[in-house]
Amino acid sequence: MSRKKVSVWSDNRFWQRSATWVTGFASLLLIWLTFDTMGQISMGNQKDIDNHVVKRVPSATVINYKVEYNMNNHRGHEVPVIGGDDGKGNSLFKVKEKFFGRDDYSQKEADALLHLGKLASQAKNCMDCHTLLGNGAYYAPDLTKAWLDPAWGKNGPMQAMTGKSTKEEAMAEFLQHPGKYPTHARMMPNLGITPKEAVGLVAFLKHMATIDTNGFPRGFGKIKEGVVYAKTK
Amino acid sequence: MQRQNNFKYESQKLGSWYFTVAVILFGAQLVLGLVSAIQFIYPSFLYDILDFSITRMIHINALVVWMVYAMIGSVYYLLPDETGIETVGIGMGKLLFWILTLAVTVVVLVYIFIQVGPATQATIWLITEGREYIEAPRWADIGIVVVVLGFLANTFLTALKGRRTGIMTVILSDMIALAGLYLAGMYFTDNISMDQYWWWWVIHLWVEATWEVMVGALAAYALIKVVDAKREIVEMWLWIEVAMLFGSGILGLGHHYFWIGTPEYWWEIGALFSALEPMPLIGMFVHVLYDWGKEKGLKENSGVDTSSNNTPALLWLISNGFGNFLGAGVWGFFHTLPQVNIYTHGTQFTAAHGHLAFFGAYATILTAMFYMGIQGKYGIKKLRATFASKMAIFLITFGVLGMTVALTIAGYEQVLIARAQLGATWDAFFVAQNQLWMSQAMDWRLIMGIVTTVGFFYLVKDLLTISKSPKNVYK
Repeated sequence: MSRKKVSVWSDNRFWQRSATWVTGFASLLLIWLTFDTMGQISMGNQKDIDNHVVKRVPSATVINYKVEYNMNNHRGHEVPVIGGDDGKGNSLFKVKEKFFGRDDYSQKEADALLHLGKLASQAKNCMDCHTLLGNGAYYAPDLTKAWLDPAWGKNGPMQAMTGKSTKEEAMAEFLQHPGKYPTHARMMPNLGITPKEAVGLVAFLKHMATIDTNGFPRGFGKIKEGVVYAKTK
Repeated sequence: MQRQNNFKYESQKLGSWYFTVAVILFGAQLVLGLVSAIQFIYPSFLYDILDFSITRMIHINALVVWMVYAMIGSVYYLLPDETGIETVGIGMGKLLFWILTLAVTVVVLVYIFIQVGPATQATIWLITEGREYIEAPRWADIGIVVVVLGFLANTFLTALKGRRTGIMTVILSDMIALAGLYLAGMYFTDNISMDQYWWWWVIHLWVEATWEVMVGALAAYALIKVVDAKREIVEMWLWIEVAMLFGSGILGLGHHYFWIGTPEYWWEIGALFSALEPMPLIGMFVHVLYDWGKEKGLKENSGVDTSSNNTPALLWLISNGFGNFLGAGVWGFFHTLPQVNIYTHGTQFTAAHGHLAFFGAYATILTAMFYMGIQGKYGIKKLRATFASKMAIFLITFGVLGMTVALTIAGYEQVLIARAQLGATWDAFFVAQNQLWMSQAMDWRLIMGIVTTVGFFYLVKDLLTISKSPKNVYK
């Protein structure tokens, strides 16, 4: 029995070729975009800060600077502001801030601290309770901008609770002895974090707060009631 | 009437070994899930002994590993059927099975008894990599790659020697991508944005691309076996699905790049392509029902027995079509647009989607494969659903749907209160956690988790005893 030529729409070869072409095209586009993204998210260095170059992931030496999270007029959402705000939500890269009593960490020292902190964040499985950049588990607060949380700032209940006089010391103390400072029935476990690792972790948190996350989380620490809760609890 | 070991090929026997370990790990996933659910309600439960970070990690790792086991098992199981010959390196295949199983056991024991380590590379190599979902230490990563390479060699050599079907072609190319992508997970960098960029290559390109294609291929094989669907039609659908799954899934990766430090253009790319991701899932759903109805109609017309060859497998296959579309498609689409995701990212909303999607897309089809393994093992011509088969599918599906609804409500509450109203701080988080709506949702999640676990016991009972059911028809 001779059969008429089958329609292309019910031809397996046609669909096999289509699948191959579509997959190939999507993969190539992804690879191309990956190259572009790699360039944009590579970590900056102190020279960038000196030259006022805005990096999406800035140098580890941002720990020497004051960090804020302010509305940027041009972009229409909050962005990390490093070393002072020009009034429009752009970084001035000028205003310094002491971090464990110093604001002159060299590139090498800052890199080493960040390295230690990032390693510690993995060795202690932070992501299996917290979210980092919004990814992780939903058992404990998001840490993306934890450095800027009013609760850890001056007059914040977390800083007061630890009896320390700076944000970084309070955070480091909490990380080493979380069982001593319950903030909720759901307590952070004691993970054997050493004083050195705690400093590294705080540097890691401060650095993470300076990553340009396209406005995530929206309105972080800016909403009055959220902060009032923090103060009156 | 039970008959032992009717497997014609050693490869199918090896497949059944993988299925057995998969079922055990499925059980471990549920137990650790229940412990984690209890910890949400009673946070002091096992505090500083087996913390949430550990129980939740094992809950999800057990899930991933049982699914990988079941997929490898499925491929070994269908390989002789598709190629017409015994798997070439079957001895090596068996050795690799024992190596992998030993490695998984050691990793789990280290997770439970050592848990965390100091901030050194030694911890990353020996205890945990601490990257969500792929926490396995580096030594185990290398072991997994070696085992998977052996598995790939086995399947390739067998497929080259034997018959080459469309289903096999899809599985082979998919396996290469699946194995290659795992390499992106073996990587340490101080730059967390870079870290998460590549981390998503493993997570997303596995579960939203290569795993989905694997499901399409397994569903194609199952349809041929269970309802006598015509191979040419099934394989045509499979190619269309591959085109649509990879066409949307590969660049759909962009929906994970909205907020991790990556450029804004991912908003548009991620939104567009991930919004298309449900399309192939609708196609797959329609395909299963269409083929089932069509084959039944054809048989009816020619006066042949219209029942399927394996009713439990068919039931799970239908729940796959439905669950994949609902869990991965609808629940995924809910929060995939950046305008929504800026508030839902990192909330229980994601957990709701995760529960229904993994169940609907993967647990269902892999359970269908377990039943096909039982059918093959005992040489049953027509495997009929028992009371336990029906209880298993009903309770597990109802339980997972219940957990999903509970977590969705928890997610809504969290999105509105912690995110929109209070601005995502530490206190905003706990204010939302303390709300009655959250605690009620967490109670219901635990109750529905228990329902799911009861269903799992029925499933195990059924897998162990269904071969003895007098309703089965033997050759």
